[in-house]
Amino acid sequence: MGDLLECRNLTKRYGKEAPALEDVSFSIETKGIFALLGRNGAGKTTLIRILATELEPSSGSASINGMDVFKDTDKIREQIAVMPQEARLVPWLTPRQTIYSYLLYRGFGRRDAASKVEGALAKLGLGKYENTPNRHLSGGVKRRVLMTTILATDAKILFVDEPTTGLDPLIRADLWANLNELKKTHFICLTTHYLEEAERLADMIGILESGRLLSLGTLDQLRSVVRYQYSIRILQGGSSFETRVGEAIREADGSIQIFTTEEDADRLTEQLVKEKKRFSVYPVSLDDIFYYLVRKPIEEDTRRNSAEQRDLHED
Amino acid sequence: MKISRLSQVYASILINAVYEMRNYPITLASNIIAPFSVLVLILLVSHGVLLGISIEGALITAMISGGVNLQIDLSHMKNDFKLQDMLVSSPTKPFTYMLGMAMSALTNALPALTVLTILAFMFIHAGPTGTLTILGVFALIFAFSVALGFMLSTFGTDIQQNRAFVSILTVILATIAPIYYPITYIPLPIRYVAYLSPATYAAEIAQHAIGDLPLSASNLAIDWIVLVTVSCVLFFVVTKKSHWRDP
Repeated sequence: MGDLLECRNLTKRYGKEAPALEDVSFSIETKGIFALLGRNGAGKTTLIRILATELEPSSGSASINGMDVFKDTDKIREQIAVMPQEARLVPWLTPRQTIYSYLLYRGFGRRDAASKVEGALAKLGLGKYENTPNRHLSGGVKRRVLMTTILATDAKILFVDEPTTGLDPLIRADLWANLNELKKTHFICLTTHYLEEAERLADMIGILESGRLLSLGTLDQLRSVVRYQYSIRILQGGSSFETRVGEAIREADGSIQIFTTEEDADRLTEQLVKEKKRFSVYPVSLDDIFYYLVRKPIEEDTRRNSAEQRDLHED
Repeated sequence: MKISRLSQVYASILINAVYEMRNYPITLASNIIAPFSVLVLILLVSHGVLLGISIEGALITAMISGGVNLQIDLSHMKNDFKLQDMLVSSPTKPFTYMLGMAMSALTNALPALTVLTILAFMFIHAGPTGTLTILGVFALIFAFSVALGFMLSTFGTDIQQNRAFVSILTVILATIAPIYYPITYIPLPIRYVAYLSPATYAAEIAQHAIGDLPLSASNLAIDWIVLVTVSCVLFFVVTKKSHWRDP
C-alpha cells in the first residue's frame, strides 16, 4: 500500500433517513489538495468526518496511507488534523492561547508547544493579533487562527471543512494563497461548495450529490466527462435554434445553457448574433461540469424536466 | 513523537479554567461568591448557630456545582466551538479529556474552596479522623457530580437543554438535600424525599464527622454505601453511554 486515500463502499445512514453517503468508493494519492465538491447536504461533511475518524460509517472501509481508518485510529490521529466546518474560536482565549492549548492537546510538552506557537503565528502573519482576545477578531482573522492552529501541529494530512464559507473575496483569496503554499508540504482534503475554490486549488476533485460520488478526477479529467468543450448561455429563451451536437438545459429563470463542441459553438454563435440574442460563450468550466453532473441525475428523476427538454428542441 | 498525557490534561485546565478566569475576571469573582449565597442566608436565619454546618454545606455545594456545571462547559466545547471534534481527530484520548475537564472543574472551584477552607479551619473543629472523612466525602461527591455532568452532556444537544439540566439538578442536589442544616430540621414525612438526593448522604456523613449530627454505625455505613454505589453506577453509565467517535 502506497500513499493513498482509499474508500471502499462507504455508506452512512442516520436512522431511517435516506443515506447521507451511499456506496462511495475511490482511491487517490495523498498529495496536493483533494477538493470534495457538492451542494448543501451532498455528503461532503459526512465523508470528511468519517475519514478524520470522527464518525463511524454504517458500512464500508477506508484507509489513509495504508492505515485502516477504523482499526489504526491511534496511528492515524497522530498524523491528521481537522478544522471542522462550524468550528469557532473560544472567545475568552487569545490566538496564542488557542494554538498553545491545542498543541498541548496534541501531546506536545509545554516547551515544544510554546516554540511551535511562535513559528506558526509568524508563518500565517498573525503576530500582531497574538494577544488580542478571539472575540475581538474579524471573521477572516478567526479563520486564519483556526487554520494556524491545525498547521502548528506536525500533522501532514489536513481535513478542512468549508474553510472559506462566509468570508469576503479578499480574505478568501488570502486563504487560498495560504492553502496553495501548504499543499507543497501537506495533503489537504477540503470540502467546498465554491466551484471557483476547487478550480483554483484542487489537484483532484470529487463531486458528491445526494451521498453519491458522481465523478472524480483532475479538472481536465472532469472536463472530459462532460464530453463537450464549450458552454453557451443564452439569457433569453425561445430562440429557434437547434444543437446539432451537445445538450441543452433550460434554467428556472428562462435562460438556456448549451454544452457543445467547438464547431457547433461557432455555428450557434453566428446564429445568435444574427438574431441579436444576449448570450455568452466560453470553454467549459468547473461550474459547468458541476451543473452538468449534478443536474443530470435530478433531471433523470423528473418528468417535468424531460418535457422541458422536448420543448427546447421543438423550439 | 512521545505524547504527553499530562500536557493534554493541562490543556483542559488552561482553556476551561485558568485562561477563562484570567481573561474574564468576572468568572473568577462569580466562582468565589457563588457558594456563599445560601451560607449567608442560613447564618442570618440561624443567628450563627449553624455556622459550622453551613460552611460545610457551602463546601459540598462548591464541589457539586463544579461537576454539574461541567456539562455546560462540555456542551459548549462540543456543540458551539466544535473543539471536541478537533480533539477526537487528534491523539487526545477520551479519558484524558474527561480527566482534564474534571480537573478544570476543580480549578474553577478552587477560589471558593480556598476561602471556605480558611473559614472551616477557623470555625470547624473536626479532628484528624473527621477531617479525613470530610475530605473523602468531598472527593466522592465531586466524582459523583462530575460523572453526572458527563452523562448529561452526552444527552444534551445544546446549551439551553444543559442549562435546564443544571436548574433541575440544583434543586435535587442542593435544595432538597439538607446540606446547609441537619436533616432533623425537615419534618418527618418530607424527610424521606430528601433521601432521594445523593447529596443528603454526603451531608449526613460530613455533619456527623464534625459532631453536629448523631448517626448510628449502621446509618453511617448505609450513607457510605449509597454514595459509593450511586457514583459507581453513574460512572458505569457514563462509560457505556458516552461516545468519543460519533456512532
